[in-house]
Amino acid sequence: MTDKNSNGTLVKVSHVDKIFKRGSEEIHVLGGLDLDIPTGEFLALMGPSGSGKSTLLNLIGGLDRPSEGSVEVGGKRIDKLSERKLASWRARHVGLVFQFYNLMPVLSAQKNVELPLLLTKLSKAERKKRAAIALDIVGLSHRSGHYPRQLSGGEQQRTGIARAIVTDPTLLLCDEPTGDLDRKSGDEILDLLQALNKEQGKTIIMVTHDIHAAARASRTLYLNKGQLSVDPVD
Amino acid sequence: MKYFYLIFSSLKRKKIRTGLTIMSIMIAFVLFGYLTAIRQAFDAGVEVAGADRLIVRHKVSLIQLLPESYEARIERIDGVDNATHSTWFGGIYQEPKNFFAQIPIVPEELFDMFPEYVVSDEQKAAWLETRSGVLVGRGLMDRFGWKLGDRIPINATIWGKKDGGRTWEFDLVAVYDGAEKGTDTSQFFIRYDFFDETRAQGQGLVGWYTVRISDPDRAAEVAAAIDAEFANSAQETKAEPEGAFIQGFANQIGNIAFIIMSIMSAVFFTILLVAGNTMAYTVRERTNELAVLKAIGFTDRGVLGLVLGESLAITFVGGVLGLGLAWLLVSMGDPTDGSFPVFYLPTYDIFVGLILIVVMAFIAGIVPARQAQKLQIADALRR
Repeated sequence: MTDKNSNGTLVKVSHVDKIFKRGSEEIHVLGGLDLDIPTGEFLALMGPSGSGKSTLLNLIGGLDRPSEGSVEVGGKRIDKLSERKLASWRARHVGLVFQFYNLMPVLSAQKNVELPLLLTKLSKAERKKRAAIALDIVGLSHRSGHYPRQLSGGEQQRTGIARAIVTDPTLLLCDEPTGDLDRKSGDEILDLLQALNKEQGKTIIMVTHDIHAAARASRTLYLNKGQLSVDPVD
Repeated sequence: MKYFYLIFSSLKRKKIRTGLTIMSIMIAFVLFGYLTAIRQAFDAGVEVAGADRLIVRHKVSLIQLLPESYEARIERIDGVDNATHSTWFGGIYQEPKNFFAQIPIVPEELFDMFPEYVVSDEQKAAWLETRSGVLVGRGLMDRFGWKLGDRIPINATIWGKKDGGRTWEFDLVAVYDGAEKGTDTSQFFIRYDFFDETRAQGQGLVGWYTVRISDPDRAAEVAAAIDAEFANSAQETKAEPEGAFIQGFANQIGNIAFIIMSIMSAVFFTILLVAGNTMAYTVRERTNELAVLKAIGFTDRGVLGLVLGESLAITFVGGVLGLGLAWLLVSMGDPTDGSFPVFYLPTYDIFVGLILIVVMAFIAGIVPARQAQKLQIADALRR
């Protein structure tokens, strides 16, 4: 898969609607939304609760499908892929960072980071080596054998980031990555994300409520009532 | 293989719940193994019964005797190779709870009729030379710790002696082993000539005949011919295949197989509910985790496989422990202290047990696995 179209755009969201059905009620979360994200950008998405930020993130990450419109990543229409192919695509091209880390409590940090590599054909030794590299990047080599319950919030989130980058994905999607952390830990995470963006050229889309976090991004967009704007919502 | 650690790591999640579920499955399979051995003990005689052997007894009842002279007439019937008679001695060794079968029989005819009893030539000769000699099964000998050369006193309840006494003394001169695993080695064979000369009454009368036929497919026909030979005589006969005769004894207690099957069905159904409940809870508690696995690229089928894998892991550990423990308990010996002719857990039933493990794992895990498979990632991540 090519990483960008001829204009350097990695992600192209075109006329996307997303409607959720709750019983007989229809909830229009996104309406005719368009968004282009160039390769290597660090984009922050802000907006009030229920504005559709996480929904948009899920559509770009292939975790959900639009009701109307198209989502193209690296020139591929991911909204057209079968479930099986979409899962395979996610495994190769998307790294996910969650607000509440979502680590497996019964696996060590090392084994948590190795999880996405189970879906590859790498040998056990190679998986271990790559996970060690990822943990080293996030500064947690010395805690690789510890379980999530033995790690602080910041360390757990760094483990989550290591898991997200271990497959060297095209795209990093972060949903409120500092939402559950204190300011210091949050800043460490943001430093790490900035480093991944600037030094390794990772394209990052980050949903956040925190204007300090958004300030670290190269561009911030605001989502309100399913529509994007460059201006903050009043 | 690379998913094994992921599956087994999940078992550590709720150790107490997993442990209790494994234990309940283990107990189910201990019961399965042990009851199977008991069922086998009732069926064993039927299984090793000669397809080419008939039992001929008094038509009215087994306890009614038949003339010794019937043997020659039976052997003249078309389809019969040879015949031998046996009689129920019914004595007590030390105390009634030490029950075992004591059978007066003609030694040469026994070896010919029952090739499954394996005796050394030396001991065969010793038995033929010793009128008061007995041939005992290995299982019986081990049960009481007898040795060759021991004198065994048996207190007769049926057959008093001509001298008025009721205590018969026998010399243990030979021991037999079973040619097959299910062969009954709990019997005590007395020389018929010694028995007939010494008993106070009933000379010339025997309990039943064992008849070898040349063609097992003609069993019904030959049995009918034998009964016809003695129809309208003072002692009419009932002839039937040896397996049916032995099954008849077991059926006197009840339909053992049905009883055991019913117990096992109830036990397995209950354990299925326990295991199924455990798996359902496991999936419900881990909705978010399973959604994360799907989010990072595990397919729907992959997640289904992981949940089924966990179900199999729990059931396998419990089932194998249970079968192993059952095997150990069975190998400790007959719980009735000798009433069972054989007592062991057949290899075939161990394989059946392993298959049941897989079936149970599938049934317990399939519904939660399907739920996991169908999880919508975006919805589940919100939970």
